[in-house]
Amino acid sequence: MKTNGGAALIKALELEGVDVIFGLPGGAILPVYDPIIDSPIRHILVRHEQGAGHMAEGYAHATGRPGVAMVTSGPAATNIITPLADAYMDSVPMVVITGQVGTAGIGTDAFQEVDTVGITRSVTKHNELVTNAADIPRVVREAFHIATTGRPGPVLIDIPKDLVDPTNPNSALDWYWPDSVDLAGYKPRLDGDPALIKDAAQLIIAAERPVIYAGGGILKARAAESLLALAELLDIPVVTTLMARGAVPDDHPLCLGMPGMHGNYTAVTAMQESDLLIALGSRFDDRVTGKLDAFAANAKIIHVDIDPAELGKVRRPDVGITGDCRLVINELITALKQIGAPEVQPDRSSWKSTISGWQEKYPLSYVQSEPGDLLKPQYVLEQLRDNTPDDCIVASGVGQHQMWTAQYWKFQHPYTWINSGGLGTMGFSVPAAIGAKVGRPDRMVWAVDGDGCFQMTAQELVTAAAERIPVKIAILNNAYLGMVRQWQEMFYEERYSEVYLSPDLPDYKMWAEAMGCVGMRVEAPEDVLPAIQRANEVDDRPVVIDFRTDAREKVFPMVPAGKSNSDIVVGPEDVR
Amino acid sequence: MSPATRHHILSVLVENKPGVLARVSGLFARRGFNIFSLAVAPTDDPTRSRITIVVDVESAPLEQITKQLDKLINVLQIDELAPIDAVERELMIVTVTVSAESKPELLSLTEEYSGVVLDEAGDRITVSLGGTPEALDAFTARMGAAVVAYQRTGRIALPRIV
Repeated sequence: MKTNGGAALIKALELEGVDVIFGLPGGAILPVYDPIIDSPIRHILVRHEQGAGHMAEGYAHATGRPGVAMVTSGPAATNIITPLADAYMDSVPMVVITGQVGTAGIGTDAFQEVDTVGITRSVTKHNELVTNAADIPRVVREAFHIATTGRPGPVLIDIPKDLVDPTNPNSALDWYWPDSVDLAGYKPRLDGDPALIKDAAQLIIAAERPVIYAGGGILKARAAESLLALAELLDIPVVTTLMARGAVPDDHPLCLGMPGMHGNYTAVTAMQESDLLIALGSRFDDRVTGKLDAFAANAKIIHVDIDPAELGKVRRPDVGITGDCRLVINELITALKQIGAPEVQPDRSSWKSTISGWQEKYPLSYVQSEPGDLLKPQYVLEQLRDNTPDDCIVASGVGQHQMWTAQYWKFQHPYTWINSGGLGTMGFSVPAAIGAKVGRPDRMVWAVDGDGCFQMTAQELVTAAAERIPVKIAILNNAYLGMVRQWQEMFYEERYSEVYLSPDLPDYKMWAEAMGCVGMRVEAPEDVLPAIQRANEVDDRPVVIDFRTDAREKVFPMVPAGKSNSDIVVGPEDVR
Repeated sequence: MSPATRHHILSVLVENKPGVLARVSGLFARRGFNIFSLAVAPTDDPTRSRITIVVDVESAPLEQITKQLDKLINVLQIDELAPIDAVERELMIVTVTVSAESKPELLSLTEEYSGVVLDEAGDRITVSLGGTPEALDAFTARMGAAVVAYQRTGRIALPRIV
C-alpha cells in the first residue's frame, strides 16, 4: 500500500496501542497533525512543550504504558528536554516525536533548527534521526520496544518535515509493519543467574538484621506482589524509597516507610544497622545513602537490577544479580524455599523489637499551629490523606511539599504516587497529575504542589480546563522557595537569599479562576476539610486550593548533606 | 598519570550508523575522561565498525563506563584488551628536515623500522612507518628536533590468537 511518512507515523502509533498524544503543533511537525484529525488517537493540546513531556510521564507512571508526546522542531524540542531528562533519571517509558527541518535544511541553521538528537543524546535511552520515510514504521516499532523493555526510559524520534509531507516525494513509502523487533545490540537479561540466586538465598537465611531496600524498579517491573510475598515469607522489613512509595502498603507491619535524607528515623537507622541489605530495583542514590563510606557499613549487599551498569556503580555488592525484579524475586522465593526457608532462619526477634522500639520512640511528628497562626503543611496533608480514597493518585513537585507528602501520605497501593525523584524537576506535579488523570480517569487525582513549583507550569491548568480533565491541586503556599529557605536557615546562618515569593502575588485563587478552574483559599485549620470536600465533589473542571502554610516549618527528619545517616536530625529540638 | 591509571584498550564493535561515534565518545566526555587515541573503520561486515579506544583511566571507572557503553543500542560488543593479550599496531607519517650528512642516517633508520619514504623535496622528507606504539615512540625520539610534522592513526588492536 502506497502511503506517506506522516500517515505512516500516525498509523504506527495506532498499531502500538497509543490512545493519547500530548503535544503542540508547529512548522516542522505540521504535516503529521493533518492525519491526527482522522485518527482515533486523542490529542491533548498543551500550552508549553514541557507540559506535554511531563503529562506523558504522569500517564506512564499511572498506567505502566508508555507516554507519548509530539512537538515541533527547535524551541519545542529544547522545551521538552527537561521531561526527557526527568524520564531518563526515573526510568519512565516515554516516546517523544519531534519535527525537524527538511532534510536539505539540516545543518544550515534553518528556521527553528536545532541538533535535536545531539542535544538529547545524553538524556534519552535512545534517539534516532529518521533519514528515509521508509524507515518510519520500523523506527516507531523499535522506539516503543526500547522504551518499554529492559530498564524503561525515554526514546526520541526526530523526523524531518519532507519525510512526512505528502506533497513532497521524499515522503513516499510502501506501508509495512514489522512483526517483531530484533536489535543485535539490545538484549536485556530478564531471568537471574541461578548460581547467584542460590548465593543470595544463602546470605538471606544467614542474616540476623536484614532489610529489603525496595526502589522504583519494583514498580517498573510490576513486582509489588512478588516483593510482598518475599518479605512475608521471610518476615523481613522493607523500606520503600521515594520512587517506590506504595510498592508495599504503608500500613503493612513489615513496611518501614521511606529512607534517605528526609526518611523516617526507623527506615534510615534500620538500613544503617543492618547486616544485609537486599536492594531490589534501587540504585544507592546519594539522597538515600548519605555519606557513602558511612552508609550501612556492616551490611552485606545483595543487589538486583535489570541494568547491569547499576551493579557496583555506587556500592560493590556481595551478590549482584542482573535481571527483572519480578522474575528474580520469584526465583529467589523458590530457591529460599528449597533450602528450608523460612524455618532455617536465625531468630530475629531482637532485631524486630529494636526496630519497633525505634518506631515508638521516633515517629514522624510536628506541632499543630496556634489559633490565628498559618496552617501547618503536615496538617493539610493529613486532612487530604484522610479524606481521599485509598486509591487516589497523588502527584507532587519538588521540594518541602514533596518530602512532606512522601512522609505523611499513607500509600496503600502501587502506582498511586507520582513524583520527580532523580532529576528533581520543580513544576512536575501539575502536568504529571493531568497525564495521570488522562490515563486513569476512574481515579481521583490530586497534585500537592509548592507555590514556587506551581508558578513554573501552572499554565497547563488551561489545558486541563479546556480538555475537562478534573485534577485537583493543593498548593502548600508558604510564600517561599521552602527547601532552599530551610537550607539557608540551617546551613547559611539564616541569611535568606532570593527565596521570598510573596503569599499573594500572584493571587492563586484568581489565577485559578482565570484558567477555568475552581479556585479557593484556605487560611484556618477548620476550613481545610470543607475545602477538600468541596474539591472532591467537582468533576467537570480542575480545582486549585491555595493553602496558606507556615514558612518556618521545616522538613524533619533530615540527614544534612555530606553527613552520615547515623547523624540524622530527628526534629527541630535536635538541631545543633 | 597517577600510579593507578594506565592505558586501557577497548575494542568496541558497533553498528556502522551516523551518530554512533558521538554516542560512544560522549560517555567518556561526560565524565571528563580523555581519549588518548581512537581508530574507527568498518569491519569485514560493512554494516559494522570497530572502534579501538585507548583511554587513561583507573580500572573501577573503566568497568562502569564499559557497562554504560554496553547499554548503547548501537554497541554490539566490547572487549577490553590487556596489552599482554593483544596485538597492536599503529601507523605514523612524519616529515623531517634532513641535511646531506643526516639523510643517510634517516634512510637507514627508516629501513630499520620497516618504513617507506612517501615524499621528498629540498631538505624535507616524509616517511611512513607502522609498528607497535612503542616502536613509533622510539623512532620519533631518535628524530628529535628534526620533526616538522607528525601524524599518527591511533592504535588498532585485536586479541592474540590463543
